[in-house]
Amino acid sequence: MNGEIVLEAENLTRHYQVERGTFKKPAILKALDGASFKLVKGKTLAVVGESGCGKSTLARLVTMIEQPTSGELKIDGTNIITADQGTLNKLHKKVQIVFQDPYGSLNPRQKIGHALGEPLLVNTSMTRQERREAALKMISLVGLRPEYYDRYPHMFSGGQRQRIAVARALMLNPEIIVLDEPVSALDVSIQAQVLNLIATLQEQFNLAYMFISHDLSVVKHIADEVMVMYLGKPVESGSRDTLFEKPHHPYTRALLSATPVADPFRTKERIVLSGELPSPIAPPPGCAFHPRCPYMTEICKGASPELREIDGCMVACYHPKTY
Amino acid sequence: MPLLEIENLSVTFQTAGGQFTAVDQVSLNIEPGEVVSIVGESGSGKSVSMLALMGLLPWTATITADELRFDGTDMQTIAKPELRKIIGSKMAMIFQEPMTSLNPCFTIGFQLTEALKIHLGMNRAERKKRAIDLLDLVGIPEPNKRLSAFPHQLSGGMNQRVMIAMAISCDPQLLIADEPTTALDVTIQAQILDLLLNLQKEKGMSLVLITHDMGVVAETAERVAVQYAGQQVEKQLVRGLFSEPHHPYTQALLNSLPERSNSRILPSIAGVVPGQFDKPVGCLFSPRCQYATDLCRSTPPRAASLEFGRALCHYPLADGIPTNYPEEVKA
Amino acid sequence: MTETTIQETVDIVETVDDRPTGFRAQLAEFWSYFSENRGAVIGLFFFIGVVVIAVFADFVAPHLPNEQFRDALLQPPFWQAGGDFKFLLGTDAIGRDMLSRLIYGSRYSLFIGCIVVSISLVVGVILGLMAGFFRGRVDTFIMRIMDVVLAFPSLLLALVLVAILGPSLINAMIAIAIVQQPHYVRLTRAAVMSEMTRDYVTAARVIGVKSLRLMFITILPNCMAPLIVQAALSFSTAILDAAALGFLGMGAQPPTPEWGTMLAEAREFILRAWWVVTFPGVAILTTVLAINLMGDGLRDALDPKLKRS
Repeated sequence: MNGEIVLEAENLTRHYQVERGTFKKPAILKALDGASFKLVKGKTLAVVGESGCGKSTLARLVTMIEQPTSGELKIDGTNIITADQGTLNKLHKKVQIVFQDPYGSLNPRQKIGHALGEPLLVNTSMTRQERREAALKMISLVGLRPEYYDRYPHMFSGGQRQRIAVARALMLNPEIIVLDEPVSALDVSIQAQVLNLIATLQEQFNLAYMFISHDLSVVKHIADEVMVMYLGKPVESGSRDTLFEKPHHPYTRALLSATPVADPFRTKERIVLSGELPSPIAPPPGCAFHPRCPYMTEICKGASPELREIDGCMVACYHPKTY
Repeated sequence: MPLLEIENLSVTFQTAGGQFTAVDQVSLNIEPGEVVSIVGESGSGKSVSMLALMGLLPWTATITADELRFDGTDMQTIAKPELRKIIGSKMAMIFQEPMTSLNPCFTIGFQLTEALKIHLGMNRAERKKRAIDLLDLVGIPEPNKRLSAFPHQLSGGMNQRVMIAMAISCDPQLLIADEPTTALDVTIQAQILDLLLNLQKEKGMSLVLITHDMGVVAETAERVAVQYAGQQVEKQLVRGLFSEPHHPYTQALLNSLPERSNSRILPSIAGVVPGQFDKPVGCLFSPRCQYATDLCRSTPPRAASLEFGRALCHYPLADGIPTNYPEEVKA
Repeated sequence: MTETTIQETVDIVETVDDRPTGFRAQLAEFWSYFSENRGAVIGLFFFIGVVVIAVFADFVAPHLPNEQFRDALLQPPFWQAGGDFKFLLGTDAIGRDMLSRLIYGSRYSLFIGCIVVSISLVVGVILGLMAGFFRGRVDTFIMRIMDVVLAFPSLLLALVLVAILGPSLINAMIAIAIVQQPHYVRLTRAAVMSEMTRDYVTAARVIGVKSLRLMFITILPNCMAPLIVQAALSFSTAILDAAALGFLGMGAQPPTPEWGTMLAEAREFILRAWWVVTFPGVAILTTVLAINLMGDGLRDALDPKLKRS
């Protein structure tokens, strides 16, 4: 049923302890600091940000590889923090992942047919013949020939490997797929093929996507909702159209300005940020973005801004642009 | 006189499976102070042609060209000592991976002054001062402290700036940037591209920007050469390329960009780039081209005229429609 | 509309590496890399020769190894004055044929190598997998023990163990296996730690693969290449160590025709009867050399970085 919420996250945080030698207290790395969002069947939430923004950590939390330090995460109504191991095992089947690097995400020593059959081997009691048939069906579903069943990953191109990765993610009939920069490592023409495949499959299986990317042109094409993150915190989130037409947060505007546009005649707002991305171990006080923000004032150095609603978007800024 | 004259450059590699043509008859002239982009996907040979110019290819490579001139000097017959005086000082290159392009065992200061010592013969005090000036020029804060830092202590963006500083240290006439921003974050990418363009204007040097990102091409270059499977399939002004591409590959490439499409399904280019063993007879793009005819599949095309962007096509496009197209096929 | 889009992609000419992937094909590919190294091929054939001799010792050897010929004590090899074709490489102090003893001795050396390598490989891999996979306290505990083992000079440690357990071939093998442990553990641990960071391991976790399967089926096959090379090279170390222990009288006991023990018995005859000392030494030398050459070739053949595209 379209429109059904499959995942609800409330103030998700993930802290890591970083050892700093025997004589110092360990530092706390706030990889993710308070993310709240919903995933809806048939819709795509894009998570946008650069290095250190916490998007990979978010992927690990949503796929339940790691437990959040605090916050709530409900998948299909079940709170995963309080759930027992048996329920968690069942929930694993509902969330799957596709990685960025097509060359590293497949086991080099495993024939792809077996790689596709492995989720079924581990989670179901299907016979070998049944698993083989399911794998063959999935291979043709993603646009590859069935005779590729016995081939090793190194015999495929990058785009083909990504298709295999997508096929593997679909084997357990998940409701949610986390796509961690699935097309960033591919050539432009192959990107289009894989994006088409992802879009078609979403429609066919009514999947909820969490699409992590730093490439705003791809995000604009595929997303329904967008969440922009900076140093572990969401700074702006809203519908795709609103965010691209009326960006409020200075960082969102800077990202839009920095993304190269394939149109030499188009003029756009020109914002070049100064400074580097700060380290998550020692974030700047107050608003994490303030050292690089062109609109920074004293209040920005004080307390960190809360998310407020503006024009239908949630924005965490003391000086958002208004339209 | 053009600063760089390349005419019919070809590079073949000796591999376990025979000879592999990485670059096939590529021509490019660059005037002083120009910004030119070479764009292509993987396997297009865009980096190889520039590496061949700099003499950085392994022994398995064979380089042939009708003309390969830099500032009047013939690069094919030049003696090794003379070549070393040009590479690194008058012609410089920066690479894609800033974290691995710098030697991790030596400080920034050491690597920066190495080029100064070899090419300009400065003494220690002069080198140090120039190094600090260069780091300042590329926008690195606290340059004195950074001289004694190691590459792993700096971020990717900083390292790339150091690489740029090294490249411009001897005031080159030509700077080749091989995908300089691909490995960097978006906002850092904008900073680096900005820096490169500012330096280019200030110093009046020519810039060759190799990339696969059409957006970068649109925003930085004046002229562009498109490469596919080792061949140069189109070469024209940037403004012209985006509004009126003349080669079907360029057209298909632009159409497959997510930002230029309005529908959920993108018009993608079917198939893959031909590799070493499956190069088609005739036009290399013919298996994937929507306009391919029997002529395309049997006969390699010749470069069209200048007004058609030197498109390597039997039926170069004008206003998006192939010219001289046979009537029977249109149906 | 959905169907046509995907159907289109199926019919497109997509080239894929078409090489067969069966076991024989992979063996053939491995052989083509391996055979580029001439030394390795020579080593391999020599080693196969030794194996054949060991297996068919009963048919190849002219005499029994412990048969004493009282009228032919310390007879020189056949090409020297006083030699005989009956005893091609001469006899030792109590009249036993050198050639036959060497041939039967190859059995012991190969046996030692196989057992030692098997034990240390299996135990070392398991310990290394646990250390690299679980990290934390398990890792610290295992590695500290290995550090202690490594701190002892290998031969001394083997001597101590044999002294405690009593001198015999079996005990010598156990001692050598223990001493070789840390190399395998370290190698496996390093390989496991580097593979753990790769995406396919995370992907397997997300699919729901549990620790045991993750360790042995997902990660271990990708760590095998350096382990195989180490196994080949430590085969020769095992033979050398056993020979050394035998020489010291702590390994195989006389009258076992083990090459090292033969050397021990021949110590006093170095000047009088050079053949009693030299031939066992040469046997050890050539076998170890052959195995080392093979190991080098294996490493070059299995190292993915050296593979040409």
